[in-house]
Amino acid sequence: MEKHCTNSQVKGVSTGTTILAATFNGGVVICSDSRASIGGEYVSSKTINKVIQVHDRIFCCMAGSLADAQAVIKAAKYNLSFHSVQMENPPLVIAAASVLKELCYHNKDELQAGFITAGWDKKKGPQVYVVSLGGMLVPQLVTIGGSGSTYIYGYVDAKYKPNMSREECLQFATNALALAMGRDNVSGGVAHLVVVTETGVEHVVVPGNKLPKFHDE
Amino acid sequence: MALSNVLETPLSGFNFDNAARNAALEGLYDGGQTPKPMKTGTTIAGVVFKDGVVLGADTRATSGEVVADKMCSKIHYIAPNIYCCGAGTAADTEKTTELLSSNLTIFSQTSGRNPRLVMAVNILQDMLYRYHGQIGASLILGGVDCTGNHLYTVGPYGSVNKMPYLAMGSGDLAALGILEDRYQQDMELDTAKELVRVAIHAGIMNDLASGNNIDICVITREGVDYIRPYQESEYKDSRNMKYRYRPGTTPVLTEKVVPLKLEVVQESVQQMETV
Repeated sequence: MEKHCTNSQVKGVSTGTTILAATFNGGVVICSDSRASIGGEYVSSKTINKVIQVHDRIFCCMAGSLADAQAVIKAAKYNLSFHSVQMENPPLVIAAASVLKELCYHNKDELQAGFITAGWDKKKGPQVYVVSLGGMLVPQLVTIGGSGSTYIYGYVDAKYKPNMSREECLQFATNALALAMGRDNVSGGVAHLVVVTETGVEHVVVPGNKLPKFHDE
Repeated sequence: MALSNVLETPLSGFNFDNAARNAALEGLYDGGQTPKPMKTGTTIAGVVFKDGVVLGADTRATSGEVVADKMCSKIHYIAPNIYCCGAGTAADTEKTTELLSSNLTIFSQTSGRNPRLVMAVNILQDMLYRYHGQIGASLILGGVDCTGNHLYTVGPYGSVNKMPYLAMGSGDLAALGILEDRYQQDMELDTAKELVRVAIHAGIMNDLASGNNIDICVITREGVDYIRPYQESEYKDSRNMKYRYRPGTTPVLTEKVVPLKLEVVQESVQQMETV
């Protein structure tokens, strides 16, 4: 396996990814691709899960080193669950984001992982937070991350509107992912979309060949 | 490992002390070559079938360009229902799986529960992640527990992936080609064993660092069938000569006997308290 590693900055398996989260009227859509790569040349998994549920209504997308991201999310899940038991209340989305941020910030020298945390809580409704590589935490209405995100900044800026309907937002997210996966070599596989609202969580999986096509022929 | 280490909740946050210590140790060699560890340079594969899991591995262990062990065992016992194939540095895979096995056994005895594959995977992931890739172990864990038949891979940096078919090691691409082409869900036992055998064989043929025999391990609810070797290499060599030397081959020129004088310095008797 060692021969697959080139000068990529991430050692081991990297998610080299496209992740996205957007708020709509009544909920959030969090989505990602499903490719894990090594050294930018070997696809080590076509079906990796990058949208992890850390609590009933809170999800996290991971980007960067797969090992680092999985470890941080594990710690976050444990912390959140404990926090929720102590408070006797479901945790706020910002609590989840803060747990990730604390880990990323205090271990910034050793970690190479970034996250998008999104979900719904009773206090502020649907929210999206970005936790970057160095541990910056910023709330946003819509956000993209990972190596594939560079190809869709224009699309997202132009096409996102606050307070869309659920169907509009799902279509927007699917289109954005399809565009990024089409241009970025380390993003691909299937598109995982999760819709979180007050009433529940819905997981939509769109296989690569069913994604919308943009001048692909 | 004492019981308390297994069940106590670790301090929250990350502890990368070992990575720093290892880097410092490497500094002792002053830019010279650190000793080359023996690598298994391997092909390992696993497949989930209808009634369980089939694991397979070659049996060659290399040290640089030399085959250090022609009948190396790469499928390690973890629990009665869990086995682990290891690729990478031979010592690392051996010790990591031994450690995992002891911890899992202790847990199993104290909690009264049979170990589950996810627990084994979590323990491995935590340990390998703490060492930040310094432990060169790429592992494929397979087993059957109360939740079903599972196959996981844990990378040296601590990344985990769950798949119905997997291959790791230096011959992984060759094996994966076979698996990608011929894997199907809910295969029968014989189909699954043949698939794994062909996959490992592809690794042996196309990778210099994999070779010799093929071991297979079948795990089902009923039990474990560890077939070692499942297929022997077609290229077995035969020894033309005996390498034993008769006593007296080397002539004794002189002999000197010096008795070692020992005297009793102190003698004490302590009564043991018995009930």
